Amino acid sequence: MAPGGGEENMKEEAKTLLDIYRTMVTVRLFETMAGEHFAAGKIPGFIHLSIGQEASSVGVCSCLRPDDYVASTHRGHGHMIAKGADLKRMTAELFGKATGYCKGKGGSMHVADFSIGILGCNGVVAGGLPLITGAGLSIKLRRTDQVAVVFFGDGASNRGPVHEAMNMAAIWTLPIIFVVENNQYASTTPQSYSCSVGDLCTRAAGYGMPGLAVDGNDVMAVREAALEAVDRARRGKGPTFIENKTYRVRGHFEGDPQKYREESEVLAWQKQNDPIERFEALLRKKKLLTKKASRSILEQVRAEIDAAVAFAEQSPYPAPEDALDDLFVNP
Amino acid sequence: MSERILSASAALAEALHEEMTRDETVFILGEDLTAHAGIFGQFKGIPEAFPGRIIDTPISETCIAGCGVGAALTGMRPIVDFHFSDFVTCGMDELCNQAAKIRYMFGGQVNVPLVVWCPDGAGLRAAAQHSQSLEAWFVHTPGLKVVIPSEPADVKGLIKSAIRDDDPVMFFQHKRLFAREGPVPEDSEFLIPLGRAAVKREGKDVSLLCYGSGFFICMEAAQALAREEIEAEVVDLRTLKPLDMETVASSIRKTNRAVVVHEACLTGGFGSELAARIQEELFDELDAPILRVGARDVPIPFSPGLEDFVLPKSDSVIRAAKRVCYR
Repeated sequence: MAPGGGEENMKEEAKTLLDIYRTMVTVRLFETMAGEHFAAGKIPGFIHLSIGQEASSVGVCSCLRPDDYVASTHRGHGHMIAKGADLKRMTAELFGKATGYCKGKGGSMHVADFSIGILGCNGVVAGGLPLITGAGLSIKLRRTDQVAVVFFGDGASNRGPVHEAMNMAAIWTLPIIFVVENNQYASTTPQSYSCSVGDLCTRAAGYGMPGLAVDGNDVMAVREAALEAVDRARRGKGPTFIENKTYRVRGHFEGDPQKYREESEVLAWQKQNDPIERFEALLRKKKLLTKKASRSILEQVRAEIDAAVAFAEQSPYPAPEDALDDLFVNP
Repeated sequence: MSERILSASAALAEALHEEMTRDETVFILGEDLTAHAGIFGQFKGIPEAFPGRIIDTPISETCIAGCGVGAALTGMRPIVDFHFSDFVTCGMDELCNQAAKIRYMFGGQVNVPLVVWCPDGAGLRAAAQHSQSLEAWFVHTPGLKVVIPSEPADVKGLIKSAIRDDDPVMFFQHKRLFAREGPVPEDSEFLIPLGRAAVKREGKDVSLLCYGSGFFICMEAAQALAREEIEAEVVDLRTLKPLDMETVASSIRKTNRAVVVHEACLTGGFGSELAARIQEELFDELDAPILRVGARDVPIPFSPGLEDFVLPKSDSVIRAAKRVCYR
C-alpha cells in the first residue's frame, strides 16, 4: 500500500480495502450462484470455478486502470468481475442468452468485455500468453502508459507459448505482468508431478525478469506484489513474473469426481486458508469492517447477483439463425 | 492509370510503403526482416523508410502469430511475416483458435485486422518442409479470409485491400513468383476488392479455374490448347474466401466445362471444394465432369526430378482440358 499521509489517505485506503473485500465477495457469490445453476441444469456446457482463488484475481486487478489489458483463462469469472465486468451480462452469457456479453456465442469459457480491457477468457490453456505480447507491443508502439496482465495456471506454465512469450516480453521490455495462479492442479494432475520446479517463479530468472512467489490467498500480499510490478511496467522497465500460490478448492470443472485428491486436503484449505475469511479478519483487526458492515455488504452483493440471475432468466435466447452473425466485419 | 513493369516483390514493397504511409497503425512483424529487407528481399526500402515499424522477432512462430493477434485487438493493424508458409503449423492455435474465432465467439465485440503474409509454394528444391501450399487448411477454418495473388498487380491491389480489411486475412504469395514481372498501376489507391475473381483470358470451350502459381500454368496451357482450336477461359480466383462464385458461374455458363487447377496436393484441396460447389449450383450447365489438377499426394520431395514429377504442369492441365472437351 502507498504510505498513508494524512486522514484523507487513510480514508482513501480504507475505501480501497473495502472495495477489494466487496469485489472478492462478489466473485465468490457469483461463482457459487454459477455452480448452483449449473447443477440445476440452467447453465449449458461446462464451467470452471475459481472459488478460493479470489485474492489472486481481485488483488492483481485492484492495481489496474480501466484501460489496462487483461488476458484471462478458462477459469476467468474472477478476472472479469475484478476488472469491472457487468454481472448481468456475465450471467446472461453463462445462461446462453442473447443479452450476454457475447450474445450467447461464448459462454463461461469465452466471455470477454473489450470495453474494460479484457482480451478474453480463453478455452486454450496458455492461449492468452501470445496475445498479451501483442497487447504489450501495441502499448509500446502507441506510446501509452497502459500495462497488460496475463493470468495463467500451473498447468499452462508447462506449455511452449509461455517460453516464447516471456522471452519476447523480456527482450522488448514490454509492460507485461505474467501472473501464474498456481492452484496446484492442472485438471487432474498435481503441480508437484507436472512441473520441474516447486516454485514456478524461479523460471523468471531464465528470462532475465524479476520473479516472485506470493501467498496467493493473502490479497494484501498479492496486491503489494502487483502494485510494484504494475509500477515497473508503467515506467517502461519491463515485465514481471508473479506466482500466486493458491489452491483450487473446486474440481477442475463443476461435476469433476476429483478422484485424484483426498477430501481432507480440500477441507483443510477451505477451513484454514480461505482468502475472504483471512481478509475479513484483517479488516476487523484494522477496525475497518464490523460484523454488521460485512453482513450488509453480503446482502447488497447477493441482491446484485439475484438481479443478474433474474435478468438472465428473463432474457431471450438468441434466434438460432443468429449463429451466422458476427464472423466477419465485411463478409 | 499509369503502369510500370514491376516484379511481384517490388509490387509488394510498393504497396506496403503506401499503406504504412497512409496508416501509422500498420506495422510488420516477423523473423529476419531488417537485415536483408526480408529473406526474399520483399520488404525492400521499408526498414529505412519506417524504422521501428518493421520489427525483427526471435524464432518464435507461436508468439509471432499471437503477438499479431494481440496487437490487432488493441488498436494496431499488424502484418505478420511467417517466413515460410510451412511454419504456420507452429502458430496454428493463434491463427485458427484465436484470430479466426475471437470476433465471433465474443459476439462481434472486437475486430481482428490482421494480415498473415505467407510465402508458399514449391519449385525451389526446398523439399518437404519449405515448399507447401497450405491454403485449404485455412479455407476450412471459419473466420479467416484467404487471398492468393498471381500477377504483380494482383499482389499490390490485394495486399492493400487485405491491410485495410478489418478481418484476419491469410495472404499466400508464391516464392517462385517473386521475381516474375508484370504491369502494376502506380496509383496509391489501386485496390482489388477481396472476393473478386478476374477473367484473365476469355474463351468459350472450357473454364480453367485457378489461383497463385496455378494461374501461370493455366495461361501456358491455354496457349497450347488454342493451337488445337480449344479456347480456354482462364479465371484467376485471387481470393478463395470470400469466393467469387458469380464470376465462376458466368464462366461455366459460357463454357459448360471446368478444370480446377492448383499447386497444392489434390486430396482435400480447394479444387475439391470448388468442384463440389459447381456441381451443387451449376449441375445443369455442365456438359462434362469437372476435373481437378493438383500435386500428387506426397510431401514435396527434394531431388529435382522427383519434385518436378509431383507438381502439376501445363501438360496436366492440357490433358484435363482435352478430356472435358472429349478430345
